[in-house]
Amino acid sequence: MQPLLRVERLYKTFRKSKEQVYALKEISLQIARGECLGVVGESGSGKSTLGKVILALERPDSGEVWLDDVPLLQLKGAALREQRQHVQVVFQDPNASLNSKMPIWRSIMEPLDNFPDVMPPFLSGKRTDRIGLAAQLLELVGLPLDHLARYPHELSGGQRQRVAIARGISLNPKLLVCDEPTSSLDVSVQAQILQLLKSLKQTLGMSYLFISHDIASVQYMSDRMIVMKDGEMIDEFASSELTHQDRHIYTKLLVEAAS
Amino acid sequence: MNGKLTAELSLPLRRSHAGRQMLHNRAMMLGMSLLGIIVLLALFGPIIVPNDPLTVQMGDRLLSPSWQYPLGTDHLGRCIFTRLVIGAQLTLGISAIVIVTVIVLGVPLGLISGYIGGRFDSIIMRLVDGMGALPEFIFAIAFAGFLGPSLPNLIFAIVLVKWIGYARVVRSVALSEREKEYVLAAKVAGCSTWTILRRHLLPQMISPVVVLAALDIGKIIMIISMLSYLGLGAQPPTPEWGAMLNDGRPYFQSAPQLMIYPGLAIMAIVIACNLLGEGLREALDVRSR
Repeated sequence: MQPLLRVERLYKTFRKSKEQVYALKEISLQIARGECLGVVGESGSGKSTLGKVILALERPDSGEVWLDDVPLLQLKGAALREQRQHVQVVFQDPNASLNSKMPIWRSIMEPLDNFPDVMPPFLSGKRTDRIGLAAQLLELVGLPLDHLARYPHELSGGQRQRVAIARGISLNPKLLVCDEPTSSLDVSVQAQILQLLKSLKQTLGMSYLFISHDIASVQYMSDRMIVMKDGEMIDEFASSELTHQDRHIYTKLLVEAAS
Repeated sequence: MNGKLTAELSLPLRRSHAGRQMLHNRAMMLGMSLLGIIVLLALFGPIIVPNDPLTVQMGDRLLSPSWQYPLGTDHLGRCIFTRLVIGAQLTLGISAIVIVTVIVLGVPLGLISGYIGGRFDSIIMRLVDGMGALPEFIFAIAFAGFLGPSLPNLIFAIVLVKWIGYARVVRSVALSEREKEYVLAAKVAGCSTWTILRRHLLPQMISPVVVLAALDIGKIIMIISMLSYLGLGAQPPTPEWGAMLNDGRPYFQSAPQLMIYPGLAIMAIVIACNLLGEGLREALDVRSR
């Protein structure tokens, strides 16, 4: 079967005091339908840039991203906005990714408000009943309904991240990019958020691109993993084979450092 | 369920931290009261003033304060108190028009310049740099002089030099906000550029612009008075504070009240605006530039 997402030969450089540094160097990868691809790397390895290119938030110097045969990077304006419903995101810091001046229900409903024709199969009721839909989304991520009227600063970090996840899944996207979704959270909360993401993936059948520097959480979440270093993809393997003998030396170092 | 929820959603009547802090700031409360008094005087001026501001009575020239003329009369026998009160209307009115115009002009330009960038940003920034090279007083004098002395030209000249500060502040906030995750998240959520500017970035501008405007009103009043003093703004016999200063200049030795009272009025309103602006800045926690 054809993969959901194909990334072809992405290059991106930036200048760092006269030197050209690669943020992405010949990155090619594929994500199958329903698959979770994990991306591991230290900070500065280009993994977040990769996520942003796939989200069409940053332009690479060259290369292409195909989503179901649609070349994402060729799109502009209204066509690009229309395509955005298929690729959604959960960012690292829910404190920064929610507008502090908007109540929770408006943040959750923002994507659906922008796409009035989209009705995710996991929601029921009338499309015009915005608060009803927001309530269902809140329920899906395990938050009590009275949080709808609250503001982000009244919620804990974990609760805010659940709100960000509710937003991310609200359009029933084909791909959800999770960019370090647990890195800003307490250790005890991290596991809950990972569990939530994993169970949502099973019930909703989305594909994930799961980016993290935490090799253990990537292994827990993903079916397949890639390892990035200095903008290059240096290793790729099934998550169950993380500790195999023929891993790249850098992957072994990462595993060793994590254990 | 939804009825109850809807009711709950309309509750955000929360006590604001900023509001409480303002009440405890004495200097700011002083500024606010002072400004309140001046505004009330300006609003109800025509009712309370004892005389006509324009009637010349050569028999009553340069009188000392009395019940009929609370602050005495000027060189043409006009009541100074009446002229000050009516002048407050003019000063406050002009500065309000200027402030509203520069905000309406500067905020959208700064937003577009900072968020969208590109060629538009370069043009705006060259303008800002060019205008920033000389003090705004000088530019205002040049513009007003070039356009000819009248009140609309005075307003135009001040707007021309003042929108820059607003565009610059808004641009720098937009620049720092546009890479933040909530803006990126809004983009991914399918918001148009216009929606992002209006819904997500514009609310971030309220605090800095309010503080800037409050601190700026004092300066704007100074420019208005100064241009009028130089004869480039309000024309005689209009009762404008700066023009009154100019009128009183030849009589300063013999009848200093002609200059002292308008001078005090300008000082009071500028101090009031600055105290208010400083207080707002503290309360709204906007970093000073």
